[in-house]
Amino acid sequence: MQRNILEYLEESGANFPDKVVFADDRSSITYGELIRQARFLGACLLERKEAEGGCAPVAIFIDRSIASLTGFFGVVYSGDFYVPIDRQMPAARIELILHTLNPAVILGEEKDKRILAQMDMEDKLAVLDEILASGKDFSLNEEQEKALDRVRRTALDTDPLYAIFTSGSTGVPKGVLVSHRSVIDLIDNFKEEFAFSEDCIFGNQAPFDFDVSVKDIYSTIKNGATMYVIPKVMFSFPAKLITFMNEKRINTIIWAVSALRIIENLNAFTGELPKYLKTAMFSGEVMHNKVLNYWRRYLPDVQYVNLYGPTEITCNCTYYKVNRPFADEETLPIGIPFKNSGVFLLDGDKLVKEKHTAGEICVRGTSLALGYYNNEEKTAESFCQNPLNHVYPERIYRTGDIGKYNDEGELIFLSRKDDQIKHMGHRIELGEVEAAANSLDVLSAAVCIYDKAEGKILMFYQADAPCDKEVLKALGKKLPKYMFPNKLYYFEKLPMNKNNKIDRTYLRENYVTVRCDQ
Amino acid sequence: MREEIMEILTELRPDVEFENEKKLIDDGILDSFDIVSLVGELNDAFDVSINVQDLLPENFNCVDAMVELIENLQEEE
Repeated sequence: MQRNILEYLEESGANFPDKVVFADDRSSITYGELIRQARFLGACLLERKEAEGGCAPVAIFIDRSIASLTGFFGVVYSGDFYVPIDRQMPAARIELILHTLNPAVILGEEKDKRILAQMDMEDKLAVLDEILASGKDFSLNEEQEKALDRVRRTALDTDPLYAIFTSGSTGVPKGVLVSHRSVIDLIDNFKEEFAFSEDCIFGNQAPFDFDVSVKDIYSTIKNGATMYVIPKVMFSFPAKLITFMNEKRINTIIWAVSALRIIENLNAFTGELPKYLKTAMFSGEVMHNKVLNYWRRYLPDVQYVNLYGPTEITCNCTYYKVNRPFADEETLPIGIPFKNSGVFLLDGDKLVKEKHTAGEICVRGTSLALGYYNNEEKTAESFCQNPLNHVYPERIYRTGDIGKYNDEGELIFLSRKDDQIKHMGHRIELGEVEAAANSLDVLSAAVCIYDKAEGKILMFYQADAPCDKEVLKALGKKLPKYMFPNKLYYFEKLPMNKNNKIDRTYLRENYVTVRCDQ
Repeated sequence: MREEIMEILTELRPDVEFENEKKLIDDGILDSFDIVSLVGELNDAFDVSINVQDLLPENFNCVDAMVELIENLQEEE
């Protein structure tokens, strides 16, 4: 019975010690080397811990490198859970996250001292490279070996493995906390459903603070496969991307829908084609068949899979293996639940079973995250007692996504229930953008509306005089670039409705593009 | 033409000082979404067809490079 994802790593390490597990644009690492380095790092982190036992957060500043991955596994060996943080985020947002997390240790590079000093946390920094360089060939003494063993023996499958922070509607990001058990369930399912094996060569696109990367990383180590970290810049220059994919013989990709869309937008298949590709899986937002059909036209023999699910249920709860043609305007189903995942539709507290009847997509089972770290209020809001169960405690997660069953009994995504949007490949609560905007001194009020047809965040703001540039500059200190409003509209006074609230309906009617197919 | 390109760029990313930046791609200032939008707008504005072979970092690292790219494409047609 499996309790910990390290068992994947160790089993593959025993079978393929000298095989490359991860490679980035600078170097590569074998299973054997990764295990040695991660164990060494784990032992060093363990020595720093004030008391053995307990599963506490270790924040890691990540980039697209093997070091980040080594960091993850090192933290797990030490008995804690890791929290990947993108150091390019505005310091204010990093501070909000670290404040919620209150980690004892923050793994990073020497240069991270500067950001951390701004928030009085520089003494928590542990420089990864320094730690790795501190030993002799990563060998452990008897004490260290024993400490690592003790940690493993008491580790539970319900202990946290990672926390990934997502946009929070009130302005404070929420840390989704996921256990080993949930990831083991997911990755075992992936292997079974999609026939993964040691022959898989993954091309990772998702940054390590996106849970899409969880599928790449853990599928790789479970199957004794290899994963190449694709440099971000290649997605702007698809000819290079395809050359890279062929050079490395990448046969499996699990990407964000937006990455596949870029290929179609730029008509990238007129040159070389990724000739080794066998499986293309995608998730994150609606995959329009216009984009999928472009891929299917050039690469008809690839198995395409649509994956659906919010971070709160450990990556994905349903999947759809594309097995029939679709017209551009048709909706691609999100499919059927993974084994051991309960997915159902609720209308309020009633179960929806009939076809073509809308309901909120809800999930129950092992795939559920443990909750939002250190955020009781938000956890209680989204993770609640199954209203269909009055006889014992059973949690469900209400996704906020509305869906229905089609004629074939497959699940279809219809729309969002609230102000959460998918924009530039990211999940964003418009509330977070609004909260940041309203906190600025340079304006007196602001409202954000998403123009779905144009794919633009519109911001309507009130100030003494137009000051677009100042607003954007100030927002830059609070929000990551992908959350920036794309169009700003200045108002001396924002329109108000009868209830003395900002008239969003008026703004929506007059400024948002309406297309016939909406 | 340079003015029109500058207009497109500043509307797309009002937070960037395009006049002075020489490493828009190398420094990760423009990302893949920017490139996709930009290519679409340039194609429309100048009636050219930027294809996958033209999509190289050196053609988008600064405004002058983009001007040259469009000029070359217009000459071809």
